[in-house]
Amino acid sequence: MSNFSVGFRNNGSIQILDLKGELDAHTASELEAAIQKCQAGSSYKIVINGSNLAYISSAGLGVFMAYIEEIRENGGDIKIAALQEKVFNVFDLLGFPILFDITQSEDEAIAKFEE
Amino acid sequence: MRQFVAKKADSAGFSEKDVEQIKIAVDEACTNVIKHAYNGEGEHVIDIAVILSSDKLTVRIRDRGRAFDPETYAEPDLIEFAKSRKSGGLGVHIMNRLMDRVEYKTKGGVNECCLVKYLPGSN
Repeated sequence: MSNFSVGFRNNGSIQILDLKGELDAHTASELEAAIQKCQAGSSYKIVINGSNLAYISSAGLGVFMAYIEEIRENGGDIKIAALQEKVFNVFDLLGFPILFDITQSEDEAIAKFEE
Repeated sequence: MRQFVAKKADSAGFSEKDVEQIKIAVDEACTNVIKHAYNGEGEHVIDIAVILSSDKLTVRIRDRGRAFDPETYAEPDLIEFAKSRKSGGLGVHIMNRLMDRVEYKTKGGVNECCLVKYLPGSN
Protein backbone atom coordinates (compact mmCIF):
# COMPACT_ATOMS: atom_id res chain seq x y z
CA MET A 1 0.00 0.00 0.00
CA SER A 2 1.36 3.34 -1.03
CA ASN A 3 1.38 6.04 1.60
CA PHE A 4 2.04 8.76 -0.94
CA SER A 5 -0.37 10.77 -3.03
CA VAL A 6 -0.39 13.75 -5.36
CA GLY A 7 -3.31 16.18 -5.48
CA PHE A 8 -3.86 18.53 -8.43
CA ARG A 9 -5.01 22.16 -8.13
CA ASN A 10 -4.84 25.20 -10.41
CA ASN A 11 -4.14 28.84 -9.73
CA GLY A 12 -4.67 30.56 -13.09
CA SER A 13 -2.14 29.04 -15.47
CA ILE A 14 -0.13 27.57 -12.61
CA GLN A 15 -0.47 23.89 -11.75
CA ILE A 16 -0.14 23.15 -8.06
CA LEU A 17 0.80 19.64 -6.95
CA ASP A 18 0.04 18.80 -3.32
CA LEU A 19 2.38 16.06 -2.17
CA LYS A 20 1.34 13.97 0.79
CA GLY A 21 3.12 11.19 2.62
CA GLU A 22 6.46 9.53 1.95
CA LEU A 23 8.30 9.96 -1.34
CA ASP A 24 10.82 7.17 -1.80
CA ALA A 25 11.94 4.59 -4.35
CA HIS A 26 8.52 2.90 -4.18
CA THR A 27 6.45 6.04 -4.67
CA ALA A 28 8.67 8.20 -6.91
CA SER A 29 6.91 6.84 -10.00
CA GLU A 30 3.68 8.49 -8.80
CA LEU A 31 5.33 11.91 -8.76
CA GLU A 32 6.82 11.14 -12.16
CA ALA A 33 3.36 10.30 -13.51
CA ALA A 34 1.97 13.55 -12.06
CA ILE A 35 4.66 15.66 -13.75
CA GLN A 36 4.10 13.80 -17.03
CA LYS A 37 0.39 14.57 -16.71
CA CYS A 38 1.22 18.28 -16.36
CA GLN A 39 3.39 18.10 -19.47
CA ALA A 40 0.69 16.27 -21.42
CA GLY A 41 -1.72 19.10 -20.55
CA SER A 42 0.94 21.67 -21.56
CA SER A 43 1.15 22.90 -17.95
CA TYR A 44 4.77 23.80 -17.47
CA LYS A 45 4.42 26.22 -14.58
CA ILE A 46 4.40 23.91 -11.59
CA VAL A 47 4.38 24.63 -7.88
CA ILE A 48 5.06 21.72 -5.55
CA ASN A 49 3.32 22.21 -2.21
CA GLY A 50 5.27 20.09 0.27
CA SER A 51 3.44 20.99 3.48
CA ASN A 52 2.18 17.41 3.87
CA LEU A 53 5.29 15.71 2.55
CA ALA A 54 6.70 13.81 5.53
CA TYR A 55 9.73 12.15 3.94
CA ILE A 56 11.90 12.28 0.81
CA SER A 57 14.81 10.13 -0.36
CA SER A 58 17.07 10.49 -3.39
CA ALA A 59 14.57 8.68 -5.63
CA GLY A 60 12.11 11.52 -5.05
CA LEU A 61 14.73 14.21 -5.53
CA GLY A 62 15.79 12.49 -8.71
CA VAL A 63 12.35 13.03 -10.26
CA PHE A 64 12.74 16.81 -9.96
CA MET A 65 16.20 16.55 -11.48
CA ALA A 66 15.02 14.41 -14.37
CA TYR A 67 12.29 16.81 -15.51
CA ILE A 68 13.53 20.31 -14.67
CA GLU A 69 15.47 20.91 -17.91
CA GLU A 70 12.58 19.85 -20.14
CA ILE A 71 10.08 21.95 -18.15
CA ARG A 72 12.33 25.02 -18.41
CA GLU A 73 12.89 24.48 -22.13
CA ASN A 74 9.13 24.81 -22.46
CA GLY A 75 9.12 28.15 -20.68
CA GLY A 76 8.07 26.78 -17.32
CA ASP A 77 9.62 25.89 -14.01
CA ILE A 78 9.18 23.69 -10.96
CA LYS A 79 9.08 25.77 -7.79
CA ILE A 80 9.04 24.03 -4.44
CA ALA A 81 7.08 25.50 -1.54
CA ALA A 82 6.15 25.02 2.12
CA LEU A 83 8.49 22.12 2.87
CA GLN A 84 8.69 20.78 6.41
CA GLU A 85 12.07 21.52 7.96
CA LYS A 86 13.29 17.90 7.98
CA VAL A 87 12.40 17.52 4.29
CA PHE A 88 13.95 20.89 3.37
CA ASN A 89 17.15 19.74 5.06
CA VAL A 90 17.47 16.91 2.53
CA PHE A 91 16.97 19.27 -0.43
CA ASP A 92 19.47 21.65 1.12
CA LEU A 93 22.03 18.95 1.80
CA LEU A 94 22.26 18.13 -1.89
CA GLY A 95 22.45 21.77 -2.93
CA PHE A 96 18.99 21.95 -4.48
CA PRO A 97 18.58 25.65 -3.61
CA ILE A 98 21.17 26.36 -6.35
CA LEU A 99 18.94 24.80 -8.98
CA PHE A 100 15.40 25.38 -7.70
CA ASP A 101 13.38 28.22 -6.22
CA ILE A 102 12.42 26.89 -2.79
CA THR A 103 10.03 29.19 -0.91
CA GLN A 104 8.45 29.25 2.52
CA SER A 105 4.90 29.51 1.19
CA GLU A 106 2.87 28.55 -1.85
CA ASP A 107 1.98 32.22 -2.42
CA GLU A 108 5.66 33.15 -2.65
CA ALA A 109 6.23 30.40 -5.20
CA ILE A 110 3.28 31.59 -7.30
CA ALA A 111 4.55 35.20 -7.07
CA LYS A 112 7.92 34.07 -8.43
CA PHE A 113 6.22 33.05 -11.68
CA GLU A 114 5.03 36.64 -12.01
CA GLU A 115 8.48 38.19 -11.55
CA MET B 1 12.67 -1.13 7.84
CA ARG B 2 12.94 2.68 8.15
CA GLN B 3 10.82 2.59 11.31
CA PHE B 4 12.88 -0.25 12.80
CA VAL B 5 16.16 1.60 12.37
CA ALA B 6 14.63 4.92 13.48
CA LYS B 7 13.37 3.33 16.68
CA LYS B 8 16.78 1.88 17.49
CA ALA B 9 18.52 5.20 16.78
CA ASP B 10 16.01 7.10 18.88
CA SER B 11 16.43 4.85 21.89
CA ALA B 12 20.23 5.10 21.51
CA GLY B 13 19.95 8.82 22.28
CA PHE B 14 20.27 10.48 18.87
CA SER B 15 18.47 13.76 18.19
CA GLU B 16 15.39 13.84 15.98
CA LYS B 17 17.51 15.30 13.16
CA ASP B 18 20.14 12.54 13.48
CA VAL B 19 17.43 9.86 13.56
CA GLU B 20 15.98 11.29 10.35
CA GLN B 21 19.42 11.29 8.71
CA ILE B 22 20.14 7.68 9.72
CA LYS B 23 16.71 6.65 8.40
CA ILE B 24 17.34 8.23 4.98
CA ALA B 25 20.87 6.78 4.71
CA VAL B 26 19.58 3.26 5.42
CA ASP B 27 16.79 3.75 2.87
CA GLU B 28 19.36 4.80 0.25
CA ALA B 29 21.65 1.87 1.03
CA CYS B 30 18.83 -0.68 0.76
CA THR B 31 17.43 0.95 -2.39
CA ASN B 32 20.89 0.62 -3.95
CA VAL B 33 21.07 -3.06 -2.99
CA ILE B 34 17.66 -3.74 -4.56
CA LYS B 35 18.34 -1.69 -7.71
CA HIS B 36 22.01 -2.37 -8.34
CA ALA B 37 23.18 -5.44 -6.41
CA TYR B 38 20.02 -7.40 -7.30
CA ASN B 39 19.00 -5.45 -10.45
CA GLY B 40 15.50 -4.97 -9.08
CA GLU B 41 14.70 -8.58 -9.93
CA GLY B 42 13.41 -11.57 -7.99
CA GLU B 43 13.28 -12.15 -4.28
CA HIS B 44 16.45 -11.80 -2.28
CA VAL B 45 17.52 -11.39 1.29
CA ILE B 46 18.97 -8.15 2.65
CA ASP B 47 20.43 -8.62 6.10
CA ILE B 48 20.20 -5.49 8.25
CA ALA B 49 21.74 -5.22 11.71
CA VAL B 50 21.86 -2.23 14.02
CA ILE B 51 24.98 -2.43 16.20
CA LEU B 52 25.28 -0.07 19.12
CA SER B 53 28.54 0.55 20.93
CA SER B 54 29.49 3.11 23.58
CA ASP B 55 30.27 5.87 21.09
CA LYS B 56 28.49 5.01 17.87
CA LEU B 57 25.66 3.35 16.00
CA THR B 58 26.47 1.18 13.01
CA VAL B 59 23.89 -0.06 10.54
CA ARG B 60 25.33 -3.08 8.75
CA ILE B 61 23.67 -4.05 5.49
CA ARG B 62 24.63 -7.32 3.78
CA ASP B 63 23.63 -8.74 0.41
CA ARG B 64 24.78 -11.45 -1.97
CA GLY B 65 24.34 -9.51 -5.20
CA ARG B 66 26.70 -7.54 -7.42
CA ALA B 67 29.32 -5.65 -5.43
CA PHE B 68 29.57 -1.86 -5.42
CA ASP B 69 33.01 -0.38 -5.92
CA PRO B 70 33.15 3.01 -4.19
CA GLU B 71 36.35 3.81 -6.13
CA THR B 72 34.30 4.10 -9.31
CA TYR B 73 31.91 6.60 -7.77
CA ALA B 74 32.31 10.31 -8.44
CA GLU B 75 30.26 12.89 -6.59
CA PRO B 76 27.79 14.45 -9.04
CA ASP B 77 27.88 18.10 -10.07
CA LEU B 78 24.28 19.15 -9.55
CA ILE B 79 23.98 21.49 -12.51
CA GLU B 80 25.54 18.99 -14.92
CA PHE B 81 23.37 16.31 -13.37
CA ALA B 82 20.15 18.21 -14.14
CA LYS B 83 21.32 18.84 -17.72
CA SER B 84 21.83 15.12 -18.19
CA ARG B 85 18.17 14.53 -17.18
CA LYS B 86 19.17 11.59 -15.04
CA SER B 87 17.19 10.68 -11.97
CA GLY B 88 19.48 8.17 -10.28
CA GLY B 89 22.89 8.37 -8.69
CA LEU B 90 22.17 10.68 -5.79
CA GLY B 91 21.81 7.98 -3.13
CA VAL B 92 25.51 7.39 -2.43
CA HIS B 93 26.00 11.15 -2.30
CA ILE B 94 23.24 11.44 0.32
CA MET B 95 24.66 8.55 2.39
CA ASN B 96 28.11 10.15 2.41
CA ARG B 97 26.69 13.49 3.50
CA LEU B 98 24.40 12.12 6.21
CA MET B 99 26.64 9.62 7.95
CA ASP B 100 30.00 10.05 9.67
CA ARG B 101 31.45 7.02 7.87
CA VAL B 102 30.31 4.76 5.05
CA GLU B 103 32.39 1.63 4.45
CA TYR B 104 32.10 -1.17 1.93
CA LYS B 105 33.67 -4.59 1.77
CA THR B 106 33.05 -7.85 -0.06
CA LYS B 107 34.09 -11.24 1.22
CA GLY B 108 33.04 -14.72 0.16
CA GLY B 109 30.27 -13.42 -2.09
CA VAL B 110 28.77 -11.25 0.65
CA ASN B 111 28.78 -7.49 0.23
CA GLU B 112 28.70 -5.41 3.36
CA CYS B 113 27.95 -1.73 3.72
CA CYS B 114 28.40 -0.17 7.14
CA LEU B 115 26.82 3.19 7.92
CA VAL B 116 28.31 4.76 11.02
CA LYS B 117 27.13 7.70 13.08
CA TYR B 118 28.79 8.79 16.29
CA LEU B 119 26.66 9.49 19.32
CA PRO B 120 26.32 13.12 20.36
CA GLY B 121 29.18 14.11 22.64
CA SER B 122 31.58 11.40 21.42
CA ASN B 123 34.59 12.36 19.31
